[in-house]
Amino acid sequence: MNLTVNGNTKLFQDIKTVTDLLITLNLEPETVVVEHNTTIIQPGSFDSAHLAEGDQVEIIRFVGGG
Amino acid sequence: MFQSPNFQTLSSEIITPTATDVERALDKDRLQLHDLAALLSPAAEPYLQQMAVRSANITLKRFGRTTQLYAPIYLSNYCTNRCAYCGFSADNLIKRKCLTLEEVEKEAAILHDRGFQHILLVSGEAESAVDVEYMEAVALRLRNKFAAVSIEIQPMSTEHYMRLFEAGITAVAVYQETYDRDLYKQVHLSGKKSDYDYRLETPARVAQAGMREVGIGALLGLADWRAEGLAIGHHLNWLRKEFWSTAFTVSFPRMRPAAGEFEPLQLVSERNLSQLIFALRLFDQDVGLIVSTREEERYRNGMLGLGPTRYSAGSCTAPGGYGDSDSEGEQFSVGDHRSLDEVCTMIRNKGFDPVCKDWDREFQISN
Amino acid sequence: MLTIAGTEFRSRLFLGTGKFSSPSVMAEAIAASDCQMVTVALRRVNLDDPDDDIMKALGLHDYTFLPNTSGARDAKEAIRLAHLARAASGSSWLKLEVTPDPRTLLPDPVETLLATEQLVKDGFIVLPYMNADPILALRLQDAGAAAVMPLGAPIGTNQGVLTDFQVEIIIEQAKVPVVVDAGIGAPSHAAYAMEMGADAVLVNTAISVAGDPIAMAAAFAKAVEAGRTAFVAGMGQKSKQASASSPESGMLSSDLGFLN
Repeated sequence: MNLTVNGNTKLFQDIKTVTDLLITLNLEPETVVVEHNTTIIQPGSFDSAHLAEGDQVEIIRFVGGG
Repeated sequence: MFQSPNFQTLSSEIITPTATDVERALDKDRLQLHDLAALLSPAAEPYLQQMAVRSANITLKRFGRTTQLYAPIYLSNYCTNRCAYCGFSADNLIKRKCLTLEEVEKEAAILHDRGFQHILLVSGEAESAVDVEYMEAVALRLRNKFAAVSIEIQPMSTEHYMRLFEAGITAVAVYQETYDRDLYKQVHLSGKKSDYDYRLETPARVAQAGMREVGIGALLGLADWRAEGLAIGHHLNWLRKEFWSTAFTVSFPRMRPAAGEFEPLQLVSERNLSQLIFALRLFDQDVGLIVSTREEERYRNGMLGLGPTRYSAGSCTAPGGYGDSDSEGEQFSVGDHRSLDEVCTMIRNKGFDPVCKDWDREFQISN
Repeated sequence: MLTIAGTEFRSRLFLGTGKFSSPSVMAEAIAASDCQMVTVALRRVNLDDPDDDIMKALGLHDYTFLPNTSGARDAKEAIRLAHLARAASGSSWLKLEVTPDPRTLLPDPVETLLATEQLVKDGFIVLPYMNADPILALRLQDAGAAAVMPLGAPIGTNQGVLTDFQVEIIIEQAKVPVVVDAGIGAPSHAAYAMEMGADAVLVNTAISVAGDPIAMAAAFAKAVEAGRTAFVAGMGQKSKQASASSPESGMLSSDLGFLN
């Protein structure tokens, strides 16, 4: 399905949930926070967050800052 | 809520400072409570002259060459409290009177004609004579005559203060009389006033209600004035932090020995009073300092510009006393008998501007 | 001990984690500073370089993380970032930054106050970054801010506490802790802020871009401690002797002659 992840629209194969997406992207779920169609997915709920065609996903993490 | 520090602790804190502590405090721009303690201590007595100079300069810088003037109107001398030191005490066999609204207006008209723009409504503490409805009615009748109407009556609830603010009252004064909890119990024999904490929390309720100005103070002549001064500093500090948009004043009612009356437990001399005023001015550069007609002409003339910012003038402390000079039942006898005009002349002669109007109630908008 | 929102901090130096040459230098500098509170920012994961993870370098449990809302241009954006930060950190600490002007990165007082009001309602521990405006500090305090963070100078300028006159008033009036943030470019600046009575300082650029960030972090730790100790000890006043032209000398000793 097509997803817009961090502003880029891409085709993803064989993914159903946010957890699947993170694995595909090589990201450890505990290091990021995910916003799915402008709703924050609470950590630990990635498995039950189902994705659908055209969804917007923001994957965010802490970086250095003052 | 404000926790009054232990009075014994305060009493020891104002004994220990040395001349070095006093000099350090005199050299500071922003004083802390321990600096105030130093300036109130016996060690500061030889520095009274330096304190006066500092105090005068701060007052000049902050308030300019002005002195505000007001007059009290005594509404009622009914009182349900028994306070050992007070002329209005329920035990005292004085002629009791509570002005009708028409009588209040008459007194107010006299003061207005004399040039007063700021009046202070004073009463004994008796709910049956002076309650929130009465005060509201008085305020509504006077609001268009005066620029500022302050009150000094029994403590009230926040809600009642809000009602009075709405009706046009701008400021409330409520004195703790003494911050010494034990002594407070001894001199406030009975009545609502015997609740130390309720009275102590009153300035906060006043500020919460949105009043522009809150007056605090201690009756000088009960407990050690030095420790009272430090307690006032604590109270003021706390109030400033909690209610940063409220203006604060301190008054210095000083008991004088008089035949057949309550003998002051402590004698507070003019030098003592001056030290207290200077110390508070150095401690808090913006606080209004009020000296009433309890003090004599000579003293008030001399202190002008040295720290005080507001004087009362032409005062009569018996209900109805302006219209009828034979009125009985006064709270205390005044020490400065000059009229407003005479006080204004003295102020002008000293190069200061007598200010009768500092604020227009018309600008007051309640929330 | 410094207490903010019920949490005690032994160290009064807060460190920003931006602009370090590498995560390991950052981690070492932070360790050398002995600080307990570090700020972090939130950004989209760079999907081309997914390993770039600051939390890994620092160790999650050694520090209190203070996520900021940097990049937010108004209250709405800041509130969104705040909620994301809470989801990411699992805690409610928040350094609120609203900086609509990308040139100066000066904080917007109106939006900062609006965001503080909302975020306090949402249960955040809000530490707003603000211009050194005493009334704004009190308004933020009244809105429920857990501390206020007035700037010493525009961020990244290393100019020191140019706002000292205003910061002094804030320190005198505020009930909540005052953390001087931004502009602190040298240990002496940090010491100066602490001598004035600031409760803590936040430093980032001065350490991260130093020749030796680790040594500089240690220098700041000492400066903050020295400044705090001096404040507690009670600083001597600058002498007033030089102002001979003041009217103080004009008053004669006989002026108190009226006293009985």
